Amino acid sequence: MRILVAVKQVAALDEDFEIRGDGRDVEPEFLIRDLNEWDDFSLEEAVKIKEAAAEPVEVVAVSVAAEEADESLRKCLAKGADRAIRVWDAAIEGSDSIAIARVLATVAKREAPQLLFAGVQSSDHSFASTGIATAAFLGWPHAAVVSSLTYAPGAASAVFRRELEGGLLHEVEIQCPAVLTIQLGINTPRYASLRSIKQAAAKPIEVLSLADVGLSAADVGDAGSSSRVRRMYVPDKGRAQLIDGDAAEQAARLADIIREFKGAAS
Amino acid sequence: MSGILVLAEQRRGELRPVSLELVAAAQALRRTGEQVAVAVLARDPERFVAPLSVAGVDEILTVKVAASEFDADTFESAVGALIGERNPDVILVAHSVDSFGFAAALAARLGLGFATDVFKVERIADELIATRGGYGQKVSVEVDFPGRRSVLLAIRGNVFKPPEGTASPRVTAFEAPPVASRTSGREFIELSAGDDVDMTAAEFILTIGRGIGEEAKVAQFRELADAIGATLGCSRPIADAGWLPKSRQVGQSGKTASACKLYIAMGVSGAIQHLAGMKHVNTIVAVNSDAEASIFGVAKYGIVGDIFEIAEQLRVLF
Repeated sequence: MRILVAVKQVAALDEDFEIRGDGRDVEPEFLIRDLNEWDDFSLEEAVKIKEAAAEPVEVVAVSVAAEEADESLRKCLAKGADRAIRVWDAAIEGSDSIAIARVLATVAKREAPQLLFAGVQSSDHSFASTGIATAAFLGWPHAAVVSSLTYAPGAASAVFRRELEGGLLHEVEIQCPAVLTIQLGINTPRYASLRSIKQAAAKPIEVLSLADVGLSAADVGDAGSSSRVRRMYVPDKGRAQLIDGDAAEQAARLADIIREFKGAAS
Repeated sequence: MSGILVLAEQRRGELRPVSLELVAAAQALRRTGEQVAVAVLARDPERFVAPLSVAGVDEILTVKVAASEFDADTFESAVGALIGERNPDVILVAHSVDSFGFAAALAARLGLGFATDVFKVERIADELIATRGGYGQKVSVEVDFPGRRSVLLAIRGNVFKPPEGTASPRVTAFEAPPVASRTSGREFIELSAGDDVDMTAAEFILTIGRGIGEEAKVAQFRELADAIGATLGCSRPIADAGWLPKSRQVGQSGKTASACKLYIAMGVSGAIQHLAGMKHVNTIVAVNSDAEASIFGVAKYGIVGDIFEIAEQLRVLF
């Protein structure tokens, strides 16, 4: 029994960033990288199932990314993944979520897991589509925004609750193998211990090329993507009127705002 | 055939308001003479004809399906069949939890142009351009869809203003192909309230976010909220950690601060999901140590500073 967890190393912007010369992305030197917050929860969910199982369960983390993502994969290994796979080729650069999903699906076919987890979305570009598109390429059942999951390893189906808008949950049963996108808060992700971080350094990260997964350059990048970035820019944002001064002065002005509101309301 | 196909969204017999916002988005795109058809999938789709008969809708497609509520296989199959028959240039769906469950799969399977969380749409010289956020909404990203005959866009809620005025669109029943769904919906569960607070009715809310750092600090803000007469709310990380009950969470998957007039956000960065529940509030005051936090983009007043210090200073004034 195996669970495959698709993870992404996301990028946040440094305080003072610059848009790239071609206007289509940010200069990479201004990006601060980390494991996607959602993926921390989907990895934990897989490791929890593994730890509760009577039979052996293997947790495999996979990422479609350049070498720098090894840092995030090591984090997954330290938190309980048994091994990691990274697929990369220069042609993958610039791929959208659909092209990334096409690559992930090839790995899922090879690994034949009972469940494939992905985060609901990534904190950088928030596509909310990679996991579900992967399911389409596999032809597997799928569900998004899973906030609780009941699954006995090897069972033919799983029961989950998807988190809808406005504080409503919908309980659903799904046939396996299936792809589920995992929501924040489904569990409490663990911290990696120093010992597990050391052990993770010895666990394998298998690196595959496009050819290794049976795809060509036409399947990824601009050619394999369903959208193309034309332009990236910093929007003119509404900007709060700043209340200056020291903390006492700022608090005094805030107190005035509260009293104005109360005066108007009474 | 061409035109714009809008997919209305319903849940438990109610049309979701975003459905009409999608009609407005279609108006922003439509070329002279271009038809806008709205499809609604339900066991009894006819009941949605009246609420969908709004200005800008030329046709309503009633699609009768076996599933009483959203079901991914059912939606993919029926919407796929609709696209196959109508061959629309543009398909608009909501960027919602239901769409998260099927839109990407449909786009991947049919080879559609595809973009999600779109807040601006335009056609420039016949070319469709969608704008969305990037890098945690710090930048805007314009995307296009070279070589794609049809484009599926998932539109962000609360952006397009629903059309005013009614219309008399023609109504067409569409036969959805039979589908053997691999998921089965069981029941809906209202998140049990951990206490009896009603965030949707509160006029004055003090919300705390990740910036408070640890559970032990919650008490300080609970006491402050009481002192100033505010209802204590929180952003997602606080509820997920169990520091406050889920019933106090403001945002997309929590509650909308519908009645709120004064909203003080302390240590809330302003993720798009949180903003969805409060950005409409007339007077928002954001207190955050990070001058670049997104919350300052929607706030009327901003205080860049230490939330604990501000909280202490504010407390002595009440």
